[in-house]
Amino acid sequence: MANLTINGKTFTLDVEPDTPLLWAIRENAGLTGTKYGCGIAQCGACTVHMDGVATRSCGISVAEAEGKKITTIEGLASGSTLHKVQQAWIAKDVPQCGYCQSGMIMAVAALLNEKPKPTDADIDEAITNICRCGTFQQVREAIHTIASA
Amino acid sequence: MNKHVSPKMNRRAFVIGTAAVGTGLAIGLDLPFGGPAVVRAADGSPEVNAWVVIRPDDTVVIRIARSEMGQGSLTGLAQLVAEELECDWSKVTTEYPTPGQSVARKRVWGDFSTGGSRGIRSSQDYVRKGGATARVMLIQAAADEWKVPASECTVAKGVITHKASGKTTTYGRVAEAAAKLTPPTEVKLKDPKDWTIVGKGLLRLDTADKTTGTMVYGIDIKLPGMLNAAIKDCPVFGGKVKSFDEAKITGMKGVKKVVKVGDSAVAVVADTWWQAKTALEALPIVWDEGDNAKVSSETIAKWLAEGLDDAQPAYVGNKNGDVKAAIASAAKKVEAVYNYPYQNHATMEPMNATALYTTDKCEVWCGTQNGEAAFAAVLEASGLPAEKCDVHKVMLGGGFGRRGMTDYVRQAVAIAKQMPGTPIKLLWSREEDMTHGKYHPITQCKMTGAFDADNNLVALHYRLSGQSILFSVRPDALQNGMDPAAFQGVAQSGEAALGYSVPNLLVEHSMRNPHVPPGFWRGVNVNHNAIYMECFMDELAHAAGQDPLEFRRKLMGKNPKHLAVLNAVAEKIGWTTPAPQGVYRGIAQVMGYGSYVAGAAEISVTDGSKIKVLRIVASTDPGYVVNPAQVERQIAGSFVYGLSALFYGGCTVKDGRIEQTNFDTFNSMRINEMPKVESVMVPSGGFWGGVGEPTIGVAAPAVLNAYFAATGKRIRSVPLRDQNISFA
Repeated sequence: MANLTINGKTFTLDVEPDTPLLWAIRENAGLTGTKYGCGIAQCGACTVHMDGVATRSCGISVAEAEGKKITTIEGLASGSTLHKVQQAWIAKDVPQCGYCQSGMIMAVAALLNEKPKPTDADIDEAITNICRCGTFQQVREAIHTIASA
Repeated sequence: MNKHVSPKMNRRAFVIGTAAVGTGLAIGLDLPFGGPAVVRAADGSPEVNAWVVIRPDDTVVIRIARSEMGQGSLTGLAQLVAEELECDWSKVTTEYPTPGQSVARKRVWGDFSTGGSRGIRSSQDYVRKGGATARVMLIQAAADEWKVPASECTVAKGVITHKASGKTTTYGRVAEAAAKLTPPTEVKLKDPKDWTIVGKGLLRLDTADKTTGTMVYGIDIKLPGMLNAAIKDCPVFGGKVKSFDEAKITGMKGVKKVVKVGDSAVAVVADTWWQAKTALEALPIVWDEGDNAKVSSETIAKWLAEGLDDAQPAYVGNKNGDVKAAIASAAKKVEAVYNYPYQNHATMEPMNATALYTTDKCEVWCGTQNGEAAFAAVLEASGLPAEKCDVHKVMLGGGFGRRGMTDYVRQAVAIAKQMPGTPIKLLWSREEDMTHGKYHPITQCKMTGAFDADNNLVALHYRLSGQSILFSVRPDALQNGMDPAAFQGVAQSGEAALGYSVPNLLVEHSMRNPHVPPGFWRGVNVNHNAIYMECFMDELAHAAGQDPLEFRRKLMGKNPKHLAVLNAVAEKIGWTTPAPQGVYRGIAQVMGYGSYVAGAAEISVTDGSKIKVLRIVASTDPGYVVNPAQVERQIAGSFVYGLSALFYGGCTVKDGRIEQTNFDTFNSMRINEMPKVESVMVPSGGFWGGVGEPTIGVAAPAVLNAYFAATGKRIRSVPLRDQNISFA
C-alpha cells in the first residue's frame, strides 16, 4: 500500500513500494496521460512534476514519491483553463504523433516556472526529451512564444 | 475505378492477400458514393456517402481509412474531402471506420494501408470524389425541397442558397433527404487553383487531446476486467522456446497465467503490466536458439562484402551502355565501398495490442498502419471468420513502418485465445521492442565511377549487396527473384528514379538475406541508396575537381524536376557565396515516393570529430501540397529521424541477437542537437507525390558531404558513433 498525492488528490494504492511511480500512476491511479517510453529515465515520456520539479517517473519508486506533491499532465490545467504551455502547444500545432508530448509539456512547464524567459541555451540544457517524430522546431518556437507573451 | 467486377468473396484469398500484400486485395473494390438505402452512423446521423456523415447540428464527420501516426494525413485527407464538399471547416470532425465494417461493405473505404508515403497520394482522387458527390447530393436535396433546379443553387461553407428566391438552408437540414438520393455517376473535381481549404496550413484536427493526456493510444486502452501481458520472444530470431519453469513465479503478486505464444515466445498475464513484467523477468526460460545463434555483425558483413564481387550473381535494376567496358577504357577511375546498418524504428510507444477473444468473436484495439492487415492477422490468429472479427484503430505513438507489421497483433490474439472472455492488453517492454524489430535492412554498396580525359563522368557502376525487405515480408512482390524496391532512388523510371544521366550505367543488387527480419522503415531503400549515391557523387565531383553542385547539374539535364529542387536548395543556402569562416556545406538530392527532394547542411567541426549542425535547408516537390504546415513538419522530422540514425543508430548482432536494448545504446537526437530546418516547397503540379519519407534520403548525405568539406575525410560507414564522431 502506498499513499500518493497526485494532482491534489490522495490515492491509496495497492502497490509494492519498489513499483516505479510511472506504473502506479498509469495502472493503479488510472492516469494514462503519462507515457512509458524506455523505463530507464532516458526518453522523458514519463515526465511528471514532483514538488514542482520535472521528474522522470519511471526512475522513481512509489516509496520515494510518497509525501511528495505529484502533478501529471492531467493536473496541469487549472480547472477548464489550460496551462499556458498547453495553449501554446495547440496554437503552434506542436505535436505530431503526440506520444512524447505529455512529458515534453511537463518538462517545458517546469522550465518556464524556473526561467520564465529561457534562452535557446536554457532550452537546450533543460529539454532533453526524445521525440522520434522530430517536433523540436515547434517546441522551441512555442516556448519562445510563451516567453514573449 | 468505381465499379470493379467483384469476384465472389473468397475469405481465404482475402486473408492471405491482405496479410502479405496490404494493397491490391484479392477481392473486388467497390466504392459506391451513397444510395437509396440510408446508412446511419453510430449516433443515427445519416451517411450522405461512406466518406461523409452530417449531423443535424451541421457537424460534418469525415471518415478516414488511413491511419494517423503523427504525419498529419488525417487532417490532410479531411481537407481534401472538405474542399470538394464545400463545408464549414470549423465544423469538421473525423472518425475511423473499422476494417470489419469496410470488408462487410465490399471495401467501401478502399485501402487502409498507411505506408510508403501513400496516405494521401493514393486515395486523394476517390476521397475528393466522395466529397464532391456528397456536395451534389446535398444541393440536390435542397433544390428538391424548394422545387427549383439544382443548377440555380450555390453552396458556401455548408450553407445552400437559392439566390432568386432568397432561400437558404444548411447541410445539417438536408442531409437526411440527400442520403436517400441516387448519387451522380460523374462528378467534376475542382481545379487546384480554386482550392481554398487544400493548400492551406490549417491546424491539425487531433492536437488538443495530445496536450492534455486524453488522447488514447493502444497502450492506454482500458476494458472491463482487462488483464495485462508482458512477453519475451526468443532473443535469437528463428529460435524457439524449449521450456519454462512456471512454478518459479506462481504466487507472485498479481500473476494470473503463464502462456506460450506460438513456438517462440512466453507471456505472463497479470493484473497490472508492471506485475507481469516483473514476473516475466523472474521466469526461467530455456531457449532453443538454433543455428542463427552463430551469426554476428562480423559474419553478416563478410557475407555482404562477398556480394560486392562482380563474380557473384546479382539482379540488374537499372542499366544502359556498357559499364564494364567504359570503366576499363576510362582515363580515370574512382571506387568506394559504403555500408549502412540495421536500424530499429524505436517508435516512442512500444508495440502493443489489446485483444478480447470469445468463442464467437475476436476484437482487437491497437495502433496499426494497416487496419486491414491487422484485421487479416486477427482472422488468422483467432481462426474466426471475418464477420466475427474486428479491429478498432487508435492513435499510433509513432509508426515509421513498424506498425505496418502485425506480429504484435497476432501475439495479443494468441494470448487472449488462451483466456477466452478476458480482455488482454499485451505491451512490449522497450527492450522487447528494440530486440524484436523489423529492421531497416543492412546493405553494403560498392561504387565505381569513371571519367574520360576531360573529366566527364562516362560510367557509373553501383553494386548493392544485402538484404531485401520484400523477400521477407512480401515474397509475392518479387519479380523473378528480384526485389524492385531495392532500387528505390536509383531506379530507371517510376516513383523513385535516378536523377542523373550517365552514358554507361549499371545498378545491381546481390541479394543476401541474413536471419534478422527486415521491414519498411521511414524511407528505407531510398535512405541508404541516397546516402550511397549522393556521397559518392560528392566523391566524384572532388575527383573531377568540380563543384559538387555544378558536377550534379551537368548530369541532370534530362531530369528537370530533380534539378529544380536541387537548385531551390542551393539558392536558399547560398551555395555560390562563400560560407562563413569555419562553416562547411554539403548538398544532396533524390527522388522517392513520387516526390523530388533536396537538402543542404551547414556544419562546423571541432577536433575533427565534433559536429555542430548549424543550418539545414530542404526542398520538396510533391506535385501538390495539401497542408504546407504539415509538410514542413514532415521535412524537419525526416532530418531528425535520419540524423538520429546517422549519428546514434545502428543495431549490431552478436550471438544471433540484437545488442542494443534501449535508448541508452540506441540513442536519438535531442533538441540541442537539431537546428531549424528551412523548407522550400516547390510543388509543380500534375502529379501526387508522398511527403513523409523522401526527405530522409538527403539528411545524412548533406551532413556527410559537409563533413568532408570541413575535414577532407570521407565517412563511408554508419553510424558515426562507431567512428568516434559525435554531435558537438
